[in-house]
Amino acid sequence: MDLMEYQAKELFAKHGVPVTLGTVVEKAEDAHDAAQQLGGRVVVKAQVQVGGRGKAGGVKLAENPQDAVARAHDILGMDIKGHTVNRVLIAPTADIAEEYYFSFLVNRAERDYLCIASIEGGVEIEEVARTNPDAVAKVSIDPQTGVDDAKAAEIVAATRFPTEVADQAADLIKKLWDVFIKEDATLVEVNPLVRLADGKLEALDGKVTLDENADFRHPDHVQFEDKAAADPLEQQAKDKGLNYVKLDGAVGIIGNGAGLVMSTLDVVAYAGEKHSNVKPANFLDIGGGASAEVMANGLHIILGDPQVKSVLVNVFGGITACDSVANGIVHALELLGDEANKPLVVRLDGNNVEEGRRILQDANHPLVTLADTMDGAADRAAELASLSSQAKDRD
Amino acid sequence: MAIFLNENSKVVVQGMTGSEGKKHTQRMLASGTNIVGGVTPGKGGQSVDFDGAPVAVYGSCAEAVEATGADVSVVFVPPKFTKSAVIEAVDAGIPLVIVITEGVPVHDTAELFSYAQAKGTTRVIGPNCPGVISPGKSNAGIIPADITKAGRVGLVSKSGTLTYQMMYELRDFGFSSAVGIGGDPIIGTTHIDCLKAFEDDPDTDAIVMIGEIGGDAEERAAAYIKDNVTKPVVGYVAGFTAPEGKTMGHAGAIVSGSSGTAQAKKEALEAVGVKVGKTPSEAAQLMRAILQGN
Repeated sequence: MDLMEYQAKELFAKHGVPVTLGTVVEKAEDAHDAAQQLGGRVVVKAQVQVGGRGKAGGVKLAENPQDAVARAHDILGMDIKGHTVNRVLIAPTADIAEEYYFSFLVNRAERDYLCIASIEGGVEIEEVARTNPDAVAKVSIDPQTGVDDAKAAEIVAATRFPTEVADQAADLIKKLWDVFIKEDATLVEVNPLVRLADGKLEALDGKVTLDENADFRHPDHVQFEDKAAADPLEQQAKDKGLNYVKLDGAVGIIGNGAGLVMSTLDVVAYAGEKHSNVKPANFLDIGGGASAEVMANGLHIILGDPQVKSVLVNVFGGITACDSVANGIVHALELLGDEANKPLVVRLDGNNVEEGRRILQDANHPLVTLADTMDGAADRAAELASLSSQAKDRD
Repeated sequence: MAIFLNENSKVVVQGMTGSEGKKHTQRMLASGTNIVGGVTPGKGGQSVDFDGAPVAVYGSCAEAVEATGADVSVVFVPPKFTKSAVIEAVDAGIPLVIVITEGVPVHDTAELFSYAQAKGTTRVIGPNCPGVISPGKSNAGIIPADITKAGRVGLVSKSGTLTYQMMYELRDFGFSSAVGIGGDPIIGTTHIDCLKAFEDDPDTDAIVMIGEIGGDAEERAAAYIKDNVTKPVVGYVAGFTAPEGKTMGHAGAIVSGSSGTAQAKKEALEAVGVKVGKTPSEAAQLMRAILQGN
């Protein structure tokens, strides 16, 4: 889960990282009082779970409380890389002497942790790394020992923090490490980390990604979920415990196993090239047990997407038995009744496949077509979606 | 031969008394795996009955190893306890620990992996993986044993169901071993580890490598293949249509910016002579052609 800046800063504050929290508002007029309390001159910052806000016009300086309302008005409702801005942070302006970059992240390649830091912050670190790689320090961290005094000193030296802030930097690094480890974050990024005119260091921005697999030890993390910003179908799926990602196409997809479902999306997209370029409508992994209830929940979500014109069910029965998947489909169609109104192409293979196919043949549901192979099923589902779209165009 | 797992492997199941552990122990026994015991803290001395054949439960890995000489552990314990379970297996000196559990926090995996690395005596596979099967010899995990037979193709995959799909597509050829390495951001055994093992295995003639979006493991595997692998490799990568910034089921399956895309992985593999199929069945056909000498 990616946090918004104000949420990241709340976590920073909890672990003693110097930040100024500011005030979050959802209505532009509320920016007035917030700005006034902060001395009038403020920065209005879009709160979205994506980087590049500044470039997109989501961060503006306001000279006074009236101006803050106007800027908040401009920014609220903006779309930044597909994320709608529902709230803005009203933050005091800072008297900045220097800008640095700092992050901790999981290093998949080395299977440990990595600290990336630079005294040339404030801009995109990728750009610095490209044009001046020597200015970017990369220090790997052993998960067994973490960031102790010695490691913090190593990072400070490698980054070449100015001597006068070295002690402060070491202290701040250890506190950011606490955020990374104690909050089960997979990314903690501060850009910019600033040295203020008075010599103090402060995290002026914050980006944190939390590991949802660790939610069991962080019941408080549930507060960071932004249900309002989530796609309604994705939220509905999440509430039902389904692994669903909404896409833009016309072929609804249900499958078992993340890899097989991802692959099914690709195969449908290839097949779509021959059928007016129809594309997959979603990712939906129903996992191991494809009971009637899970199947009905999955179909319900997919049929709730008005863009969907056909549905492809692609199951390889490993542990899951195809007969129970087939029964799941039959019962799901009964449960859904009139709601089930799009053609379904079903491809089953693996464990008990003969029985599974027989159940679907016997049920002889008018919406269900059986396919022998994954490629054949994708082709048929794409064709049905394409025909349905064309029929609609003629209406 | 085969890699990692063979007919001599003695397997213990950590979490055998739980519902998942029990179900899959039954299946592993049915496919001929030599299960020598289960491990559940506090339940040492009990036994679990599998169709009239009791399997002993030990209170710790150390006890299980002492009593049975176990050299493989399959871990089914819940995510909360996975780290300590693996560390216990490492401390007991078990050389191969296969972690099936899904949903392990990435910091726990980082810690258990570096712990195993520091000891230097245990290979960890997973977490969040289907395990390893050497058809006809042994099956440690949840891969169905009846899809295919023993043969001379090696398979390594991030995905469980795509492993099954590929085994099914090439079922008439059979496999020396199939290894599901899992789709988490940090995994104990990588594509490269498996490529190396298959290259060294005299009973493997050709290798299928299945990857997916996220990270750069496939790119690194490509670099490894270029310098170290002489056997033919066929690749498949899932996730060409995955949008940026969305996790596709597996915790590690996410495209961030331009990194981790399926296209980049496919190109990296093709650049070193790996034939990459657009779909699983096309990849299977490519392998078929190689095996038939076309």
